[in-house]
Amino acid sequence: MIEILISASFWAAVLRIASPLIFATMGELICERAGVLNLGIEGIMVIGAFAGWMAVYLGLPLWGGVAVAFCAGALFGLLHGVLVVPFGLSQHVVGLGVTMLATATAYFAYRLALPQVTTPPKIVPFQSWEVPVLSDIPLLGPALFAQTPLTYAAFACAGLVAFVLYRTPLGLAVRAAGENPAALEAQGVSVTGVRVGAVMVGSGLMAVGGSFLTLSAFSSFFFEMVNGRGWICIALVVFGAWRPGKAVLGALLFAGFDALQIRLQQTPIGAVVPYQLFLMLPYVLSILALVAMSRRAQVPAALMVPYAKGER
Amino acid sequence: MSPTKTEAEIVLRLDQITKRFGKLVANDAISLTLHRGEVLALLGENGAGKTTLMNILFGHYLADAGSVTAFGQPLPAGQPKAALAAGIGMVHQHFTLADQLTVLENITLGTESLWSFGRGRATALAKVQALSRDFGLAVDPHARIADLSVGERQRVEILKALYREARILILDEPTAVLTPQEAEALFQTLRLATARGLSVIFISHKLHEVMGHSDTCVVLRHGCVVGQVATRDTDRHALAAMMVGAEMAEATVAPGVPGPVRLSLRNVRAGPLREVTLDLRGGTITGLAGVSGNGQAALADLIGGGLLPEAGVMLVDGTALPKWSPRAAIAAGVGRIPEDRHKTGTVADFTLAENAVLETYATRFARAGFVDWAAVRRHTETLIAGYDVRCPGPEARIRLLSGGNMQKLILGRVMEEAPGILIANQPVRGLDVGAIAYVHGRLVAARDAGAAVLLISEDLDEVMGLSDVIHVISEGRLSPAFARGALTQGELGLWMAGHGFGQGLTDAA
Repeated sequence: MIEILISASFWAAVLRIASPLIFATMGELICERAGVLNLGIEGIMVIGAFAGWMAVYLGLPLWGGVAVAFCAGALFGLLHGVLVVPFGLSQHVVGLGVTMLATATAYFAYRLALPQVTTPPKIVPFQSWEVPVLSDIPLLGPALFAQTPLTYAAFACAGLVAFVLYRTPLGLAVRAAGENPAALEAQGVSVTGVRVGAVMVGSGLMAVGGSFLTLSAFSSFFFEMVNGRGWICIALVVFGAWRPGKAVLGALLFAGFDALQIRLQQTPIGAVVPYQLFLMLPYVLSILALVAMSRRAQVPAALMVPYAKGER
Repeated sequence: MSPTKTEAEIVLRLDQITKRFGKLVANDAISLTLHRGEVLALLGENGAGKTTLMNILFGHYLADAGSVTAFGQPLPAGQPKAALAAGIGMVHQHFTLADQLTVLENITLGTESLWSFGRGRATALAKVQALSRDFGLAVDPHARIADLSVGERQRVEILKALYREARILILDEPTAVLTPQEAEALFQTLRLATARGLSVIFISHKLHEVMGHSDTCVVLRHGCVVGQVATRDTDRHALAAMMVGAEMAEATVAPGVPGPVRLSLRNVRAGPLREVTLDLRGGTITGLAGVSGNGQAALADLIGGGLLPEAGVMLVDGTALPKWSPRAAIAAGVGRIPEDRHKTGTVADFTLAENAVLETYATRFARAGFVDWAAVRRHTETLIAGYDVRCPGPEARIRLLSGGNMQKLILGRVMEEAPGILIANQPVRGLDVGAIAYVHGRLVAARDAGAAVLLISEDLDEVMGLSDVIHVISEGRLSPAFARGALTQGELGLWMAGHGFGQGLTDAA
């Protein structure tokens, strides 16, 4: 156990596993701070994983793939946003619908593009990039500073989201849209505009999180590869009490349990205990952490409350 | 309040503003002018058209006719943004603040371009602090709104307007939710504001405020201006006469014939209530006056079964009931007209018929465990006809109804059960003049039929006009009973402010 915890490869794995979660959690957090629950997250991550990978397979550079993934996500975000904000439909139903639609679209497009193949073709993914000087620090260096660019981008993204939310007028407007949209409207700002915009940007980030899987973690696209990560991110937003910093901590914690269980399976205990129990570990521990952490969380007051101008 | 104010520059001019809602003329060719540095009180009963007029001025409603001129420039109709830009700031009765954001964030919200980088917090903070110092609006800029008192929230709303360089402040019933001390601080702020050349319009139906703190009074009745006078040239009686008009003043309610005590409380403590002693007699309207939030809700809950007495004795028709609950209250003949007809009075998405039997579906309208919908429908049709509920029919969802019609249905629901005890909590809040007269008439009819009516209202005129007996509630304490006409409005006002309670408790016992 101790051996695992002091190995650089363990910590490197934690950051790697956390990266897609951080992107998608930030995306969901932006949506929810603006007052919109986005259950489309799971499907949007699938479409991001597929679109980014397909774009690179068709010849775009890797960062081009990331951009394509963002746009594909934003498009589904626009769909979700238009249905739930101006039309005020149920956010749960629309979100689940978007998840199904986006997942099916990705699988369908995959079959259209590659009708014959049995094993999906590979692309050349992001390579790890060692930060000069910093990566030479013993233990810490290889653990933290020998990651792929998208991992660094995930942490930068979390910082940016926190900065925008708390330090800019735009972020203030987003938070007000999720707290008391009438207050925002009274100051002459369009609630619909802010909410739909937030959902689009947030969905874009979810898709980038999905594309991390195909462009950085693995080198090709599989069905079921997102595997419930989207739902985890929704829990992480609650765990983080709708705050970017705490949400990143939550993502790291979950990733830590995940990396730990893989390694525990290879220890002598793993030979005795059924491996399914290890697979459960991150989820069980996450639920426990969620219970402990989210009791006093401040839910955005207008979360899931549709806003209609002029109604009290 | 210097005599020169009427000669000062005119900052705002409303010209022949007319607004109709269906058949109701809310504003009928209203004209008024506001001068620089002037405090103008807009006075009138509930439903006289005050709020409508201010909403037109601020661009929330579109007037059917007339124009608004601010600082010599015509104001485009129906645009709150234009009103803000012209320097008009409005403090609504219901605050528009985001609870989880800080004071500073609420104030700066929407004042900067969304795309600017950084928020210039230091500058904003300095400006807010300067404003709160200059206008006596003490509030911590970093506090969350959720942690503030109602009075502090109102200060934030005023700061919001001042931060946007408002030159004209409009306050819609600013003191309705304030304690007397907070109200005094508010008027201090308004004096500081006018001293700096701002102009103020405040809407009120409290005569003592208007007399004490305005330069000019404009009185509205039934949507028309019935008088514009300099405050120093008039007095309370003249204003009251203008406000209610001759025909309303004559319609005073004949005293009731007191019957037996239906419900009595002896030194009851419950929630915020402290040692409350109260008798509700049949054939009597007992008025409860007081500033909102002083325990009225708890008292209504207590009698309605929603709250249990923690100490003291509660007798219904002379007997102590072993179990007190809303069900027991209904069974004991307590009828309830709730304070919030949307939240607790009705289920918005239920039909009129379903709403009409919310209290009786399991008793009167049950047949072998099933609801007898045919009977419910007949019953609802009777209510609709008998209580003049304007609606598409018993199957319509109740959320489609106006406040007045919703209230009439609730009234019918209660009255048809011939309650022995009737709690009317703010029964006419937000209703128009016609509906108010109707509801009042029904309350008096219930009294004459022998019911013990408890009328809870923040409107002193309403309480004084209808009640046979008046109690005042303040900070959970109840004053002794005063017979109708025993105290003047001013004396009741003192009780509302909490004076006299020291000896009052012994008097009542």
